[in-house]
Order: sequence, then C-alpha cells, then structure tokens
Amino acid sequence: MTPQRAETLEWLVQRASAAVLAICVIVHLAVIVLAVQGGVTAKEIAGRVGGSIPWLMFYSVFIIAVALHAPAGLRNILREYTPLGRRATHWVMAAVCALILVMGFRAVIGLYGLGA
Amino acid sequence: MKTHRNHANYWAFVLHRLSGVALLLFLPAHFYVLGLAVERSADMDAFLSWTEAPVVKLLETGLVILLAAHMTGGLRILAIEFLAWRDWQKSVVAVTGGLSVAAGLLFLLNAG
Amino acid sequence: MSNDTLTVEIWRGQEEGRFDTFQVPRMASQTVLDIVTYVQRNLDPGLSYRFACRVGVCGSCAMTVNGKPRWTCRTHVDKVADEGVLRIQPLKNLPVIRDLAVDMTDFFEKWTKAKAHFVPTETRHDEFAQVSPDDAKRKEASAGIECINCGVCYSACDTVAWLGDYLGPAALNRSWTLVNDARDGGQTERLKAVAGVGGCQSCHSHQSCFELCPKHLNPTASIAGLKRATVKAALKGDI
Repeated sequence: MTPQRAETLEWLVQRASAAVLAICVIVHLAVIVLAVQGGVTAKEIAGRVGGSIPWLMFYSVFIIAVALHAPAGLRNILREYTPLGRRATHWVMAAVCALILVMGFRAVIGLYGLGA
Repeated sequence: MKTHRNHANYWAFVLHRLSGVALLLFLPAHFYVLGLAVERSADMDAFLSWTEAPVVKLLETGLVILLAAHMTGGLRILAIEFLAWRDWQKSVVAVTGGLSVAAGLLFLLNAG
Repeated sequence: MSNDTLTVEIWRGQEEGRFDTFQVPRMASQTVLDIVTYVQRNLDPGLSYRFACRVGVCGSCAMTVNGKPRWTCRTHVDKVADEGVLRIQPLKNLPVIRDLAVDMTDFFEKWTKAKAHFVPTETRHDEFAQVSPDDAKRKEASAGIECINCGVCYSACDTVAWLGDYLGPAALNRSWTLVNDARDGGQTERLKAVAGVGGCQSCHSHQSCFELCPKHLNPTASIAGLKRATVKAALKGDI
C-alpha cells in the first residue's frame, strides 16, 4: 500500500472511531453520573455488567474504538515532537493498540463472567 | 502573550492534545482496577472506598472534565472537517468549554 | 503621539544572531515598514530587508512583528507598539538569509510538491470552457485564489514548525482551488500529492493561518476540503 493511501485510511479510521467514541463517551458519562450516586462498589458494577449481553456488546465496541483511536493520536504527538519515523511510530501504535485490547477485554469479559 | 498562538482555537487544540495524553495514561490503571472485581473484589472495594475521599472526588471531577473536553473538542474538529464551514468558530470553542465544565459539575455534585 | 520616539529591536544575523536596538522618531500614520526603512536609511545601512510595492498587494514585506507574522507595509505602528516598544524579526519556519530576509525556496517548492498548478486539458483550438460563477465548485475555488504567497500563514503554522515535511497552508489552499477547477486534468495526481506524509491530514485546525491571513483567506477550510476529497478518492481506490 502506498504511504498516501495508508495515511489517508489511518486518518479515516481515526475520525470514524472518534464518531463512535462520541456516542460511547456520552453513554459512559451518563453511567458514571448515575452510578456515582450513593457510592460505587464492586458488587454494583458486577450487578450491571455481569451476565448482560447488551453491556458486554457496548463495552466491546467502546474498547475496540479506543484501541483504534488512541494510537493514532499518540502517533501525531510522536511524529511532531520526537525524531521517530513512520515505521517506528507504527510499531508503537500496534503495541498501544494491543495493550488496550488485552487489558480492556480482560476487564470486561471478567466483569461479564461474574453474572453468568 | 506576544506570539501568533494566543487565540481560542489554538488553546482548544492544546487542551485536546493534553486531555488525550492524560486519558491514555489513565486507561491502563482504569482497566486494572476494573479487573480486580473478578478475583479480588475485596481489594477493589477497598480501593473504591478510598476514592470516596473529597480530594479524590475532585481529581475524578478533573478526569471527567478532561474526558468531556476531549470528546466535545473532537466533535468540534469533526464538524470543521466534515460539515460546511461556519464563521463562528470561537463560539464553538466556548460551547465545548461550557459543556465540559457542565459534565464535571454533574459528576461532582452527584458524587457528594 | 504620546512619545516622540519608538524603541525598536531588530534581529540581526541568521539563525544565530542578536537584537539591535534603535530609537526611531514617531510620525503620523507610520507603518512598521516605514520604521525599518528609516533605520536602514538613517541609522544602519547594513540592515537587510525586503519590500516592493509598499501598498499591500505584493506580499514581499512580511516579517514577524511583536511575535506575529504580518505585512509590515500594512501594519500601523499605533496598532502594535505596546508601551512604545517594537520587536521585528524575520518570518518563522524559513531559513534566514540575513537579518529580516528569509529564503522562500522551501515555501515555493512545497507549492510544486502539492501539485498546486493547473494541468490543462484543452488547446487553443478548442472553445472556451464554460464555467458559471454561481457553480458551487467555482465559488470554492474563487474563495481561495487571491493568495499572493506572502508566507504569513506558513510562518504562523505550528504544524510546519513541528513536521518539516508538512506542505503548509498556502500550498494546500492553492491545491484546493485547483481540485475545484472544472477545467483541470490533474485531479488524481494532485490528490495523491496532498495525501500521505506531509499532506492535508497533518493539519490540526489550529486556524492560525485563517486568523492571520492578510487577504482573509481560509486555508483551514480548504484543507478540510482536501481531507474529504482524499478520503473519497481512497475509498474509491483512486489513491
């Protein structure tokens, strides 16, 4: 793939994931404001997410969108303020993407499993 | 300040970039704490009751503002890039700032 | 005038150098170019600077005045000299030849790299192209064509400063006017030129270019248009 095509599609993925994240974040903020009333406990979180397919789906979409969005933003910062080139920043992006996917899914699948 | 950068849209960019970095650094800690619910729910509850302290609630409010700021700032960028140009760009910055603070207040007042 | 004289600090040298301070008599309706001219003619003939028309149509006299890139012939001293002090430097983001004169080579090379030039499809033997001034694309093009390549936007752009390859607002704005030119035959090559490394996707919409353009052009909006055009082309497989 040419650099032109790659950069253009990376930009598109970043913007598309941003649009998805806008919706996820609005929902997440609403959940935060509602859940924080009366204090948050492990039981309360497990009660919401445990065994719930809709919440599992929601958080899965959220995690994937963040895993695509955050590395792209980080890459701009690295390209603009460090001497790292295209190849190096692509490796950093892949590592951050993997980290978010692994840690995120470990958390959400674990929480889902608590209600099964 | 005597530079060419002292205008609203530049500061909006700075906030967007800093909030993005802050959120990225926060995420692994966030996922780790959530993961505690599975085998170590007592540890999680201990952590969560520590977060009830007013200082921590203030810091969490800061995080909520950063999240809302990053989202509203991002929507501002999507509007510039995908919709027809509006001349009232600085007003858009003002609105995104207001929404971010509103989100923080919603959180802080409900957490009390 | 509240004071008789103005304290003026002027950059001397190249990237390494110093500020020289001069006392310049104030006069009615004085511009920053008047100041620089006075210094060179009466105080220090060794000062290097550029100008041509003196009346705001050529773009040659752009310099950094109290931190902002401006046309010095159109900048009244009253508007910028806070507390009677003026600091004049060469344009940022370009190599300094000497004192206030910068090397514009990179600026113009990026214009070429962005393929911001017309590619004809017809000959003198064909009929004139019919383009309505009310056509939406023609209006887009017309909004951007008055650029006189003064370099103010390029100098103000932080992305140019941070990303050496970035084509910059002027070149990309010019490219956008040609993307909207119905007579042009180089569309695909141009979109390839403005995508990729240093291309339109690097713009973060700071809008310093729009804030400071003396002709009130809007490179941010033009670059947003290029972002949409390149994505459409990528999805269609053209780039």
